Amino acid sequence: MDFRLTREQALVQKMCREFAVNEVEPIAAEIDEQERYPHETVEKMRRYGLMGIQFPKELGGSGGDTICYSIAIEEASRFCGTTGCIISSHATLCAWPIFKYGTPEQKEKWLRPLISSTKTGAFGLTEPNAGTDAAGQQTIAVKQEDGSYIINGSKVFITGGGVASTYVIFAMTDKSKGTRGISAFIVDKDDPGFSIGKIEHKMGIRGSQTSELVFEDLHLPADRLLGKEGQGFKIAMTTLDGGRIGIASQALGIAQGAMDQAVAYMKERVQFGRTLSKFQGLQWMIADMETKIEAARLLVRRAAFNKDNGLPYNKEAAMAKLYAAETAMDVTTKALQIFGGYGYIREYPMERMMRDAKITEIYEGTSQVQRMVIANNVLGK
Amino acid sequence: MKVIVCVKQVPDTSGKVAVKPDGTLDRASMATIINPDDKNAIEAALALKDQTGCETIVVTMGPPPAEGMLREIMAMGIDESVLISGREFGGSDTFATSQIIAAAINTIGIEDDDIVLCGRQAIDGDTAQVGPQIAEKLGLPQITYAADIKVEGREVTVKRMLEDGYMTIKTQTPCLITAIKELNTPRYMSVGGIFETYSKPMQVFDFNTLKDDPLIELDTIGLKGSPTNIFASFTPPQKGQGEMLEGADQKTVDVLVDKLLAKHII
Amino acid sequence: MAEFKNSGENMKDFKGVWVFCEQRQGELQNTVLELVSEGRKLADDLGVELAGLLLGDNVEGLAKEIGAYGADKVILCDDPCLKDYTTDAYADVICDVIMEKKPEIVLIGATNIGRDLGPRCAARLHTGLTADCTHLDVETSKYVDFLKESSTLDVDQMVKAGRIKMDDRNLKMTRPAFGGHLMATIICPRFRPQMSTVRPGVLKKGEYDEAKAAAVKVEKYEVKTNELKTQVVEIVKEAKQLVDLIGADVVVSVGRGISKDVEGGIKLAEELAEVLGGVVGGSRVAIDSGWLTADHQVGQTGKTVHPKLYIALGISGAIQHKAGMQDSECIIAVNKSESAPIFDVADYGIAGDLFKVVPMMIETIKAAKAAK
Repeated sequence: MDFRLTREQALVQKMCREFAVNEVEPIAAEIDEQERYPHETVEKMRRYGLMGIQFPKELGGSGGDTICYSIAIEEASRFCGTTGCIISSHATLCAWPIFKYGTPEQKEKWLRPLISSTKTGAFGLTEPNAGTDAAGQQTIAVKQEDGSYIINGSKVFITGGGVASTYVIFAMTDKSKGTRGISAFIVDKDDPGFSIGKIEHKMGIRGSQTSELVFEDLHLPADRLLGKEGQGFKIAMTTLDGGRIGIASQALGIAQGAMDQAVAYMKERVQFGRTLSKFQGLQWMIADMETKIEAARLLVRRAAFNKDNGLPYNKEAAMAKLYAAETAMDVTTKALQIFGGYGYIREYPMERMMRDAKITEIYEGTSQVQRMVIANNVLGK
Repeated sequence: MKVIVCVKQVPDTSGKVAVKPDGTLDRASMATIINPDDKNAIEAALALKDQTGCETIVVTMGPPPAEGMLREIMAMGIDESVLISGREFGGSDTFATSQIIAAAINTIGIEDDDIVLCGRQAIDGDTAQVGPQIAEKLGLPQITYAADIKVEGREVTVKRMLEDGYMTIKTQTPCLITAIKELNTPRYMSVGGIFETYSKPMQVFDFNTLKDDPLIELDTIGLKGSPTNIFASFTPPQKGQGEMLEGADQKTVDVLVDKLLAKHII
Repeated sequence: MAEFKNSGENMKDFKGVWVFCEQRQGELQNTVLELVSEGRKLADDLGVELAGLLLGDNVEGLAKEIGAYGADKVILCDDPCLKDYTTDAYADVICDVIMEKKPEIVLIGATNIGRDLGPRCAARLHTGLTADCTHLDVETSKYVDFLKESSTLDVDQMVKAGRIKMDDRNLKMTRPAFGGHLMATIICPRFRPQMSTVRPGVLKKGEYDEAKAAAVKVEKYEVKTNELKTQVVEIVKEAKQLVDLIGADVVVSVGRGISKDVEGGIKLAEELAEVLGGVVGGSRVAIDSGWLTADHQVGQTGKTVHPKLYIALGISGAIQHKAGMQDSECIIAVNKSESAPIFDVADYGIAGDLFKVVPMMIETIKAAKAAK
């Protein structure tokens, strides 16, 4: 057993840290304030292989593993939750299901541009009436005689909606079969009948755009079906298993970033003639924060390790996301508290980190859903 | 065409610098980095590779752990590397260092369309001497303080910065150019590059590799071959607590300006 | 080159102190006069001649000025190929003269040109070169005094233990290393000449002496020209752009203290910055109030600067501001309130009205600079 990173993973960490310090941190407050999607950062991340870390070189990827992918999201999220979210949603929610379930033609046509060209991807599962209960899909796909599909319905809270050019979406092809009647499709932003609805104003990760997707007689040729008809729910669930490692890494990064800030501040800020670091009450807070962060990191790395080594990771990913998200919320709250009034004003990143942390307890399965997944694994369904 | 880049691993002096009680640097406690100006030289080499498809080689002199830095540089895109390492080379000043690096470059071989790139200076010594001295030992024309480099065939045009402007200088390959930070923005390693770097070639040149080069004699390298010696080293007076000057009139200002003058601040 | 022997017994053949007299477009660089003044002292300590080494095209007229600051003679290398600086032409000529005339010390200004030329020549001559020196001594008693003043070393003990020999006549060249965290004194005991590039602006320029200007001897050296490998296509003079807060050597920042006369306060800051060759910055208050644009902001949400000199005018020193400037090499604060936290990080504090203090600072610094 070895807890150390491999030499390549250690270099990826060093590289991502340099990238984050120079490219991500300087604009983190600005993109939050202006709700601006950081196109320039995404372009740079693509150039350095950060948008397709875990995909093979033959498809234009970097040939890395899930640990590297997790490290990249963690390092970016230390300074900017938005940027971590962008890597995660693009690579795991859109590129990965095409990689896993796509035909060779689909991979060539849709996956390669996502990894190595200028396209970004998004994932459309959630609906107004199908959130945690993803099986309640109301979007309908009707198969035509020529094998093509006409789709009607809408999706909400879609991360990357409006900025992405490729979407993996889900629709009912056979309502009578329940979850086994759901199918997955690949949609291009320019497909007739596809449009972007309302763009949401969010509490956190404000640089990542979140929108409604609207399908009005969206006509898709037969080769847009991803996997088999009726396989959609399985595709969605396995995709989210991997996605949870990404969100757990994002939460971990946000927590670590808040911790770094708090430690630096405590060494500098003087009250009652001593630096804050000399106060035992605060020292105990720091000890608890550090312990939780390290525990979260171990869970995240373990889930990524299992995924890389073909071991089951459904429960592990759920535990990593649950624990890392709750740690992020707890650590950012405590770190902000250490800053006192300075933590509450926008001149310091603490309030942004706390706002960014909250989403990790909600998207890609709320903490309640993660507990369901864990309990089902332990107790059996 | 090939580009040879000379780099140095240095302690990161921008962070906390640890000095031992005897006035020497506590290197062990400091992080090491690729010398900043050398990163600009690396980027210039990679830009030439992007432009011409030329071969790129990085050369450094240092202890065996310097391999880590070479792997990072190859993860940025440089094709191969040479680590010059040996007990005989230790304690070299800039003169002796340039003898050794020049010998290593001779061993690699310099052809008519080759370019040698160095950073202007290293942040540990700040001498800016090794680049020009390598050029002299190799008999190459040198252009220092390069803020722009254009290569067309064998013709090289460089914007060379001066304190009060710049010169445009033309020369022919082979030549040696030293880079400053205005030259470019160094790229990062790429994830793809990281997964290739450990399979890229790295050669180690020791004393035996270089000993037949006419530049290498035991009395031209290492401590013995260094014309300069350290006579004394010491830490400059520590920055004091700061002081409030008395009053706020002309006399106060005179005191202030005298202090600034005495410390060469103005 | 084989006949050039510069070590062992042959070191005795080397006599005299030389200063490389860098000129650009027929004008001597300021640092040359500092070096001539310093070279004079070294030559006197050694009891030898001080010579200026002047290269250029039609530059004989500069000899007087070099003489006026203390040179006994000027070795003039006048040739059209030396009009503009090129490494190859200058290094060829300088190495030829040095090999022929054998000086024991050669000082070169550590300008971008001097730092190109010095190492090239030292490598060819097979001698040592110490870069970017800030202090020079031949006389060991003077060096000992210097050490006592500027180090914490137990100098007397070092002398007693024989680590410093009082009869040492090598040139002791002191320079900062590791970004100024360490000082090192370097010697070149086994080879001649002893060469040094010297940081401009550090050594003191002496007084212009009319009589010495008239007395200077000019010794012409016939230049043998070789084919040049580099050519200068153009030389462009341009003023430094002084908007870059991060790269600036001097930053003068204003804060709430200028509120009673914003325009006047900014004007004072600009004038002070100009005198010092610096740029103007501001605290968050100055930016949020619209007194300065956002790219001037120093602090947590602005830029982090570490100039050689930071002057805070009317800035109280909130923790957010300090985060952006406390690593400056020298900090001066002027603030009305004696208890302002900015004084905790300042090297020099003046508790007073900036509108009264700053005009005096401007004039006094101007006068000091003119006298230099």
